[in-house]
Amino acid sequence: MNKKYKKVNPNSYFIKNSTNFLTTTVGKIILTFALIFSVSSFAQDLDLVQGKALFNANCAACHKLDKKMTGPALRGVQDRLLKDEGLDKEWMYSWIRNSASLIKSGDDYSNKIYAEYNGSAMTAFPQLSDSEIDNILAYTAQEKAIPVVNTVQAVPANGNSSSGISNEIILGAFAFVFLLLALGLFLVNKTLRSFAVQSNIELPKTNKSSRKPLWKAFVDNQFLMLCSAILMLLVSAYFVYGFLMQIGVNQGYEPVQPIHYSHKIHAGDNEIDCKYCHSSARVSKHSGIPSLNVCMNCHKTIYEYNGETTEEYSKEFYDGEIQKLYKAVGWDDEEQEYTGETQAVKWVRIHNLPDFAYFNHAQHVSVAGIECQTCHGPVEEMEIMYQYSPLTMGWCINCHRETNVKVKDNQYYEKIHEQLSQKYGVDKLTAAQMGGLECGKCHY
Amino acid sequence: MSSNKNKKYWKNLADLNPLNNSALESLEQKEFIEEIPVDEFLGDKESLSNSSTTRRDFLKFVGFSTAAASLAACEGPVIKSIPYVVQPEEIIPGIANYYATTIGNGYDFANVLIKTREGRPIKVEKNKLAPLSASANARVQASVLDLYDSFRLAKPYKNQVESSWTEFDNDTNKKLNSLKNSSKSIVLLTQTFASPSTYKLISEFKKNYSNAKHVVYDAISESAALDAYEAKYGTRGLSNYDFSKSDLIVSIGADILGDWQGGGFDSNYAKSRIPTKGKMSRHIHFEANMSLTGANADNRYPVNQNDQKLVLLSIYTKLFKSGSDLNLSDRLNKVVDSLFNELLESKNPVVVSGIQEIEYQSLVLEINQKLNSKAFQPNKIILTRQGNDNDVESLIKDMINGKVGAIIMSGVNPVYTLPNSDSFIEGLKNTGLSVLFSMKNDETAQHVNYLAAAPHYLESWGDVEMTQGEYSITQPTIRPIFDTKQFQDLLLLWNNSSVTYHDYLKSNWEKNILNDKTWNQALHDGVFENKKSIRSRASYINSKNNFSASITSLANSITKNPENTFELNLYSKTGMGDGQCANNPWLQEFPDPITRATWDNYLTVSEADAKKLNLYLEASTFFTESKNGADGGLNGKYAIISLDGTDIKVPVMIQPGQAQGTVGLSLGYGRNRGVKEVMMTGVNGYKFFKNFKSVQSIKIIATDEIHEFACVQLHNTLMGRGDVIKETNLEIFNTKGSNVWNAAAVVSLNHEETPVSSPSVDLWDEFDRSIGHHFNLSIDLNACTGCGACVIACHAENNVPVVGKGEIRKSRDMHWLRIDRYYSSEDSFENDDLKKDNISGLGSSLSSFKEMENPAENPQVAFQPIMCQHCNHAPCETVCPVAATTHGRQGQNQMTYNRCVGTRYCANNCPYKVRRFNWFLYNENDEFDYHMNDDLGRMVLNPDVTVRSRGVMEKCSFCIQATQSVILKAKLEGREVKEGEFNDKVACAAACSSGAMKFGDINEKDSEIYRLKEDDRAYHLLDTVGTKPNVVYQVKVRNNKNS
Repeated sequence: MNKKYKKVNPNSYFIKNSTNFLTTTVGKIILTFALIFSVSSFAQDLDLVQGKALFNANCAACHKLDKKMTGPALRGVQDRLLKDEGLDKEWMYSWIRNSASLIKSGDDYSNKIYAEYNGSAMTAFPQLSDSEIDNILAYTAQEKAIPVVNTVQAVPANGNSSSGISNEIILGAFAFVFLLLALGLFLVNKTLRSFAVQSNIELPKTNKSSRKPLWKAFVDNQFLMLCSAILMLLVSAYFVYGFLMQIGVNQGYEPVQPIHYSHKIHAGDNEIDCKYCHSSARVSKHSGIPSLNVCMNCHKTIYEYNGETTEEYSKEFYDGEIQKLYKAVGWDDEEQEYTGETQAVKWVRIHNLPDFAYFNHAQHVSVAGIECQTCHGPVEEMEIMYQYSPLTMGWCINCHRETNVKVKDNQYYEKIHEQLSQKYGVDKLTAAQMGGLECGKCHY
Repeated sequence: MSSNKNKKYWKNLADLNPLNNSALESLEQKEFIEEIPVDEFLGDKESLSNSSTTRRDFLKFVGFSTAAASLAACEGPVIKSIPYVVQPEEIIPGIANYYATTIGNGYDFANVLIKTREGRPIKVEKNKLAPLSASANARVQASVLDLYDSFRLAKPYKNQVESSWTEFDNDTNKKLNSLKNSSKSIVLLTQTFASPSTYKLISEFKKNYSNAKHVVYDAISESAALDAYEAKYGTRGLSNYDFSKSDLIVSIGADILGDWQGGGFDSNYAKSRIPTKGKMSRHIHFEANMSLTGANADNRYPVNQNDQKLVLLSIYTKLFKSGSDLNLSDRLNKVVDSLFNELLESKNPVVVSGIQEIEYQSLVLEINQKLNSKAFQPNKIILTRQGNDNDVESLIKDMINGKVGAIIMSGVNPVYTLPNSDSFIEGLKNTGLSVLFSMKNDETAQHVNYLAAAPHYLESWGDVEMTQGEYSITQPTIRPIFDTKQFQDLLLLWNNSSVTYHDYLKSNWEKNILNDKTWNQALHDGVFENKKSIRSRASYINSKNNFSASITSLANSITKNPENTFELNLYSKTGMGDGQCANNPWLQEFPDPITRATWDNYLTVSEADAKKLNLYLEASTFFTESKNGADGGLNGKYAIISLDGTDIKVPVMIQPGQAQGTVGLSLGYGRNRGVKEVMMTGVNGYKFFKNFKSVQSIKIIATDEIHEFACVQLHNTLMGRGDVIKETNLEIFNTKGSNVWNAAAVVSLNHEETPVSSPSVDLWDEFDRSIGHHFNLSIDLNACTGCGACVIACHAENNVPVVGKGEIRKSRDMHWLRIDRYYSSEDSFENDDLKKDNISGLGSSLSSFKEMENPAENPQVAFQPIMCQHCNHAPCETVCPVAATTHGRQGQNQMTYNRCVGTRYCANNCPYKVRRFNWFLYNENDEFDYHMNDDLGRMVLNPDVTVRSRGVMEKCSFCIQATQSVILKAKLEGREVKEGEFNDKVACAAACSSGAMKFGDINEKDSEIYRLKEDDRAYHLLDTVGTKPNVVYQVKVRNNKNS
């Protein structure tokens, strides 16, 4: 397999971030206004916002609007029941408040649906008032909104674009000015020559044959030769050194993974904490790739993608990736059960320290409280995960030199800090002062 | 003057008589034994000139290959990471889990804690809840590697053809049922299980099949002692001895620090050996071979077994004032007289014996009962040996006569361990159904109908009752790697029971063993004590003396060894035991504590006998002369030993301290099936284990063939630095100040004697280590028995590679921790003479007084574990051109493998010779086909420690991964490191059951390690050099008496 590399300019990250921030804030403000107005127009009789909130809080664990889950799909349920079964709102009220007693009473449809869902009883919601149920039903009665495919690239692909344009303008202006200057000079020269011809002044003729060619002069000048040879050697040494030093440094490594897992959607859009999935980073040396049962905590109910899409990453594409997960973990989405046929996902490892370097996530994440992004970059914006940092020893050491240890509230450090400050007047405690530069701390 | 000033320390005979030994001289001159053999390809001018490769071509090749190599390096490999589909709750990748379990393989029994990483067991540790006597020895420490043995059986076999368990179950069930009412018997031939649940199952099996018999077979038999105990106290077991309670231990041929009567006595023995308040136990030892126990004794008398018997008999007659005078030699008489006086004087004397005869074992019980020492504990019955020799003998007869219909074997390998294995094979042919439960396709497996693939103990359920009332549980720590089934599961099947052995075990425990404790708690602890069944000690001690045999007739029955024969003493080695772990490369490479030999067994012969028999190699041929000088390997001649028509050619090792007229040979070697070819080392001593007796009378014929041994330590020389060992005796220790017996080294500064510890004579400034942690390791030479458990623990913890016999012979052993063994003797013969009048020169076999002047006859022995000393002023650090070895603030001398370029300068400059160089790539290399060369074997590697590559130095790291994990734990919990949390965190100290090694933080001023460092007995190795090590040794104190 070939590795794919992407050069990362750390500056671009900040620029991109700030512009994003602006657009999102503005967007949010507009959205809030829009929501307020749209809600207020409905608010008199049925509260759709409350309905949605209630639905998400009480029903969503077992019901989806458009898909059978633990319970049936609920879009337009009231109309459907009224049309097909002749059941009115009152029936709905009693079913929702206490389905068990309705089943017991021998109600036909209740028993039918109870049997259809393998005798899994619906939780009773006696706390819901009539109006609240009305709101929920109103929410379920909404027409399915056709998702608007965002044909425009959702995120500006290149954060530099704005600065890039201004650069081009400036460069273009410069080129234009230079062109004007060159033209001016040419015209001046032409005019002067024509003056000279008119005044019968003989122009000195250049004797081309008598002059040594430049290259020959250069070859004859031994000093110049030597200097340029040394210069050439130095320059090539510089490049060779640069080439050699990047061997084994996989910064920007961005392999294709067996499942297209988007950190942007999970950590960015949905703001899932890194350590929810990479939980062992808190306690162990490994951050750990989450096992598939962790994915299923959410994806048992999230079977489709409803976020922003682009041409490359369409809804179908994302839904297909979720299906890959189901296949690997052996989840039958139709029957809502595990088949037991699993297959491990062979992820391609991106961050790979050599065997002779010991790195412990818990020390950095839990003890030092370093953000994951410090080393792994803006993961929440990465559609495809890549290696952000060089992971070289110089990079490690630099951080150990500069970073102050989080002494506060950690008695282990407090004790040593106190001893050091008493004896040597140490004010701030860096990782290096704690022995973080000793070879044996990472190489054993 | 320190007492060792008039002593001479030596490591081998050449070292003892260094005059005119050019080979030794050349060894002394060389830092590394062998030069890089450039001559081999550059020295030959002719072939060089004939070569078509010109210098220019050569350079082109070099340039091209360099370019190719660097291009190849550009593209990194794609590494896959595969997470669990469903992660088990208890497993967090990167965090170790520990499970308490128990080994009981019929020879070794121990309570252990298994460290597992990501679900695979990687190390055996001590279970601190278990009694000391059940601590892991070197073999148990290494047993985790047997789990990942590539030679293990992966499925059952039927007549040597792969089969399935369904077929196996059906066939055996059918055949056993057809035998149910037959006149032929069904025999279960098993190891000693000492397992209450298994014994219950077997008794149920016997009920189910009325013609079933159970025969227990111990390869190395303790039958005589069991018979004696059974005759006296009514239970088949062995008496227990707590040597920590004894002040005088008299051992007559009992290897109490080895595998005598089940082993495990060393931890308690060592406890009383540390002088406290001026007192320590005294140990007097009679034996023929130089054993680990003899090496630790205060006074050791090399005598043959006849003399041992006489000593025991005369102690009995003197004690009970019965019987007439015995025919003892004058010297022996003198020894026994003074010994008897000491016995009367001491408070808790104890006498033990290894003589494999029921009469003598009965005598021992009577003597101890009379002495009534607290150390003698007959009520704590040892159950780890149950074998019955007579049963085995009659079984073989029955089998040959066709009286046995079915034989089911588990945990035994009789074709290998029986001397008359041919008749056993014949018997198997006459037996209709033969089933063997084995982990390997071993010697016996070749001859059975059904071969059942048995699981390793780390994949099995079980229970063990090592001493009566002390129960322990075996639980699996990994899913069975192969398609294996336990013997007990099949017993249940044959008993028509449908429960699994786990359920059977649990219900048996809940019903019969556990009183108030829950099963889960017992499983967590691994051990459970139920003392209800134990009778009081008094009820045993007060039992009647029922010894009836006549002492005189016993004395008369001692037959003199026939002319021209030698007394062969078969023994088991610390590393190999009874031989079931022969395919374990760690144990093959484990240096014998006494001879320091690896990968071999041999005939140990005394120097005088060797000269007599023409088995002695003169000093000049002692070491092989190689092209570049001596390669340092020790050589020996081959001899042919014979007994009743069995001839074996065996290499001879000259053993100082071997009783004259006796020779020794270890069991457990000479395997030829079920082990890798490189592990088929040594000769099979069981061929001489006739009638289950370890002492035989054999003939020896010398040959001219030469055998090459691979010994560690003997390669190098002491270089005149005899003061690495400091020792004194109890009298001087108690009466004189430490400046006498532990004088600090002094150097001359301005013509004044200044202690080397003084800053004014130091080249370097001191670094302040009082903040944070500062680690020290203390090694007590008194408590160290040389057992070597630490060596294997270090191997397991630090991924130390196995290099093989050839490399060991070239001094390229990789052990980070070695236990040096030094012999010592009085330097002058005058001193020797004085001593010899009293202690040495025993036994009828000694012919002339002159021979006794040879110090090699009965040397004193000292063991000294040596690893990197972690010098605060380390000589290695200053010479490294690339700063690959540096010093940590916590006291460790750190070795950075990825920085090392392999100049080996550091090893040159190390005064302790603890640095090891990776001459080759030892992993994934077919040339070193040990566990690191296959995927299964590599599962044992510790993921926290780098596997080193070719061309780098390595050495002890003070297990920095372990101390770092303690620190990290404290940091994660936001607290200071608790007092004593670092104690014994390093692998060697954690494995040490005798308490000789103590590790800790000396910045904790109340800690034991701080006290030990400041102790009067503490000294640093070669303190004259001024290296200021972080390893301290405690002066060895002997409790020997010269008069």
